[in-house]
Amino acid sequence: MYRSLFSNDLFSELDRLQRIAARAFDVSPNIRGALSNRFPAVNIGTSPQAVEIYCFAPGIDASKLDIKLENGVLSISGERKQEAADKNAKANLHIGERFEGRFHRVVTLPDDVDSNAITAAYKDGVLRIKAPRHEAPQPRRITIQ
Amino acid sequence: MSDVQVSNGRNQAREAPHIVPAVDVVEDATGITLFADLPGVPKDKLHLQVEHDALVIEGDLDVPVTEGISAHHVEVDSTRFRRVFTLSKELDAEKISAQLANGVLKLHIPKTEHAQPKRINVSIN
Repeated sequence: MYRSLFSNDLFSELDRLQRIAARAFDVSPNIRGALSNRFPAVNIGTSPQAVEIYCFAPGIDASKLDIKLENGVLSISGERKQEAADKNAKANLHIGERFEGRFHRVVTLPDDVDSNAITAAYKDGVLRIKAPRHEAPQPRRITIQ
Repeated sequence: MSDVQVSNGRNQAREAPHIVPAVDVVEDATGITLFADLPGVPKDKLHLQVEHDALVIEGDLDVPVTEGISAHHVEVDSTRFRRVFTLSKELDAEKISAQLANGVLKLHIPKTEHAQPKRINVSIN
């Protein structure tokens, strides 16, 4: 058993190449750089009531996750240790694709988010952060005295 | 153990878009241990099967999504994980054990008894 020169999964390899190509040709609209192939992968959904962020971060001790909000920028950082590594020394690593080490991702939140009401939950390796928006100020009639 | 994209379910695998999960594969004297990243896949949505020599790992994402929400930024764009590996002869598919915790699948595939290394004592007269 040996590892071939190329990844033995042609399709994921093509996918990876495509991402590299996309990054090379894309003039990234985001000031924080290219957003592809990072750990954890992030999906963001918005509604008039809230902004929801899903971080696909499997195998992490949720108590060691660090989520901070500073000037409207939400930052998520932590560390993932490779479980395969703490096996005995005679073990052979044939495929090692999973992310290992420290990670850090940032998401800019819109101005109308209520920073005191943000909640986060970790389940099945997915961190879900919910940031409710402030209620839109109601139009108010001013009476003439 | 080698990785194949297309196995018996050839057409199905090609047509349905899916994510190829990242894996670590470690081998020691007792067998092979595989770790696969399957975030958002609960135990009841994970399907593991061995068909002939192919180990099929499939899982469906089950993440609660609030009604009326619209996608703003998407990096995970499929709800299905799938990856197929070909097992070699010395692996005992009958004795595979699997654990799923925090979105990480850990599979242990032991080697058959006769494939495990044996120390041969040499006696010198």
